[in-house]
Amino acid sequence: MADIFKKGALRTAAAALACMTTSAAWAVKDMPGGPTVNQWNLAEPANAIARGQIWLHELLMWVCVLIFIGVFAVMFYSMWAHRKSRGAKSADFHESTTVEIVWTVVPFLIVVGLGIAATGEVIAQKDTSNPDLTVKVTGYQWKWGYDYLKGEGEGIAFLSNLSTPREQIEDRNYPDARAKREANPTYLMEVDNPLVVPTDKKVRLVITANDVIHSYYVPRLGIKQDAIPGFIRDTWFRADKPGVYRGACTELCGKDHAFMPIVVEAKSDADYRKWVEEKKKEMLARADDPNKEWALADLSARGEKVYAANCVACHQANGKGVAGAFPALEGSKLVLGKRDDHIAIMLNGKAGTAMASFKGLSDTELAAVITYSRNAWGNKAEDNLVQPQAVKAARK
Amino acid sequence: MSAVIGHHDDHSHDHAHDHPTGWRRWLYATNHKDIGTMYLWFSFAMLIVGGLNALLLRTELFQPGLQIVSPEFFNQLTTMHGLIMVFGAIMPAFVGFANWQLPLMIGASDMAFARMNNFSFWLLPPAALLLVGSYFVPGGATAAGWTIYAPLSVQMGPGMDLAIFALHILGASSIMGSINIVTTILNMRAPGMTLMKMPLFVWTWLITAYLLIAVMPVLAGAITMLLTDRHFGTSFFNAAGGGDPVMFQHIFWFFGHPEVYIMILPAFGIVSEIIPTFARKRLFGYSSMVYATASIAILSFIVWAHHMFTTGMPVTGQLFFMYATMLIAVPTGVKIFNWVATMWRGSMTFETPMLFAIGFIFVFTMGGLTGIILSVAPLDIALHDTYYVVAHFHYVLVAGSLYALFAGTYYWLPKWTGHMYDERLGKWHFWMSLLSFNLTFFPMHFLGLAGMPRRYADYPMQFADFNAIVTVGAFWFGLSQLIFLWVIIKCIRGGEKAADNPWGAADGLEWTIPSPAPFHTFETPPVVK
Repeated sequence: MADIFKKGALRTAAAALACMTTSAAWAVKDMPGGPTVNQWNLAEPANAIARGQIWLHELLMWVCVLIFIGVFAVMFYSMWAHRKSRGAKSADFHESTTVEIVWTVVPFLIVVGLGIAATGEVIAQKDTSNPDLTVKVTGYQWKWGYDYLKGEGEGIAFLSNLSTPREQIEDRNYPDARAKREANPTYLMEVDNPLVVPTDKKVRLVITANDVIHSYYVPRLGIKQDAIPGFIRDTWFRADKPGVYRGACTELCGKDHAFMPIVVEAKSDADYRKWVEEKKKEMLARADDPNKEWALADLSARGEKVYAANCVACHQANGKGVAGAFPALEGSKLVLGKRDDHIAIMLNGKAGTAMASFKGLSDTELAAVITYSRNAWGNKAEDNLVQPQAVKAARK
Repeated sequence: MSAVIGHHDDHSHDHAHDHPTGWRRWLYATNHKDIGTMYLWFSFAMLIVGGLNALLLRTELFQPGLQIVSPEFFNQLTTMHGLIMVFGAIMPAFVGFANWQLPLMIGASDMAFARMNNFSFWLLPPAALLLVGSYFVPGGATAAGWTIYAPLSVQMGPGMDLAIFALHILGASSIMGSINIVTTILNMRAPGMTLMKMPLFVWTWLITAYLLIAVMPVLAGAITMLLTDRHFGTSFFNAAGGGDPVMFQHIFWFFGHPEVYIMILPAFGIVSEIIPTFARKRLFGYSSMVYATASIAILSFIVWAHHMFTTGMPVTGQLFFMYATMLIAVPTGVKIFNWVATMWRGSMTFETPMLFAIGFIFVFTMGGLTGIILSVAPLDIALHDTYYVVAHFHYVLVAGSLYALFAGTYYWLPKWTGHMYDERLGKWHFWMSLLSFNLTFFPMHFLGLAGMPRRYADYPMQFADFNAIVTVGAFWFGLSQLIFLWVIIKCIRGGEKAADNPWGAADGLEWTIPSPAPFHTFETPPVVK
């Protein structure tokens, strides 16, 4: 357990306790599209669903506050008036059917009223019919994937990773992490590729997951829907105005649960169209010919990038993994072993472990990352150059 | 407790056989008082261990960024905090109360199955060793949350298997304890004590024991399926093999929701004993209290999916579980109103048990009201898995169950030890606990409304101030519990001699016997008129 308490922990703890500085003192700013400093209520709504939640919450809060005040006014008055030290003598009543009926029926009626008030909102939230745009959202450990299925932008697909660098997060490895994150108002709620949608269009999200359960939560859009591996669930939203709406994963999904945020960007129709065109061009340019024969150095260099985007969270940059949780690739029997076994685990994952299937990557990307891991960290596999064609063949 | 050790010699002559002394007295214990004492010490030890987990994770959350622990270890801490508190601290503590108090309150000489009682207790330490020991296996303890949702729990290392075995053992212990409690209550009441004359604590435990017998096997089923999914290639919770991850949640919460009432109903019972004593007035609406308890227990079986509104169930499913959940507010409200009506026109004094009982009503009600807000599906979708939920269930579990346990301990401590506890220190314990509890958990409502998800090792800078306050409150609350320990030790070691009925107005058979309670009581059953 000793290695869990990383070096410098004591020093940091001492510093933390010594200076009771707060975020106000750090001059943290409100996050555009995210929480404000010391926000204490629901976020400013960006559509009718979120407004409905706020209205319902206000209604329920006031009902609860009134009941609370009513009940405890009676109790505290009684504690003051009927105390022995004031000479109170106890009465001996202990039953009243009428009173019991009243305080059963009245709360029942209040509950029925609240139930009726909430029903319309439940139905509205679940109505995913007639969308203008349908996007498939896939939760991965620990990032989100988007596939534009239907509507303008159909065919676009990309992954969305946390863009806050580790240099801002890990105080124990980076002494100046604190200063850096203080200067970053979108700390932990920023990504490389946001989900881009047109403003004032009904967007249906069909949500699933690749490995474990995640949950897709964007407060200002009023949505939260679990992403369940092997099943499709859906929800919908509409962004009334152009802007950025930030959210997070809300179902515990393992080590980096806190590090897979969501950013939704709503653009005006014209801007959205422009974005779609650019994105399609970009995807075309990036498509690789799976029949190309690569040189070892080129493929390995490409693989290092693929590794950094997909593998590093578990297997670590140094290929040593995390003892007991994620196996090392350095000196791994599988990585040094048969080429086809290596390709197979990349395509199919390993049941019962965190190793997911990566068949969503292209043949070239898979060949690259396999080649990279067979040559990196002192690994010297016999079959050390795996061409994309081999992956393509294994897929069949 | 130690006072009982000194005392039993005086009474052994009137019993047919002698009982062992030294360590054998505890290992071979068949006496309900000894076993009750062991349960209570065990649960207090677990409270400390679970509390240390909480303080460590709160230290990490004191500031944004990762300072003290890695995210993997952070997840282990949140998971083990939950498992240890629920299964190691709160549940065994109530069984400890049941052991000590049920025979005394119904005029029985002991529990019905004395040896099984011994076994029920001695299953606990090995289970605790498995749980706490799992920190030291490769990969550490399970980090899948106390709800151990598949498929995340399928990914975990051997720590998960240790937790599964621990839960199996704890479940077996609970089932045996419950069978014992049901049998004792139904068969061993003193002549004249009809069901509707039983003290409310006895009633709440009778109903709780039925809940336990009904749902612990369901948990055992869920975790056994998890175990075979992990090791034997079954695919109960794996869609690729024809299973369904959401089915785990359905089974878990079919156990889990009654489980939360298992942890609160005996607390209702304790408070219902204390309020009349210190108001010097009979409990208002005894029979409606019994019916309300039974209604809550029955409703608890048809509301489980309100923990799963965000899994995406059909509209009708959401509406059904929303309405059913809201209904629970009605019998719970009846209980609160009855307690207030009991206090009304009483003649109240405010010793520590009464302070904790009133604190219970006051703060537990806040947890009940946030429960109504969470029962409304569209709001649950906004608040689910945020800190709002963390605030809600700590208001009902800490300010609910734990406060009632404190209240009950102070209330019956004179009977158990034969000494009065230090009233001044008891009051300090109450006020420190009340203030620090609210400092810790009230700001969590704000964090949840603002959208901070639970089980996060790190968070955006904008949440920093509330998190810092919460951490300060948590340490204050944790340290305040040392006062409790000190009061208990002091009371066991000595103090003002307690009268048989130290509270004067307390009603019930347990106050008709000497303080401390002799090793054997009610060998000839009393007659209740």
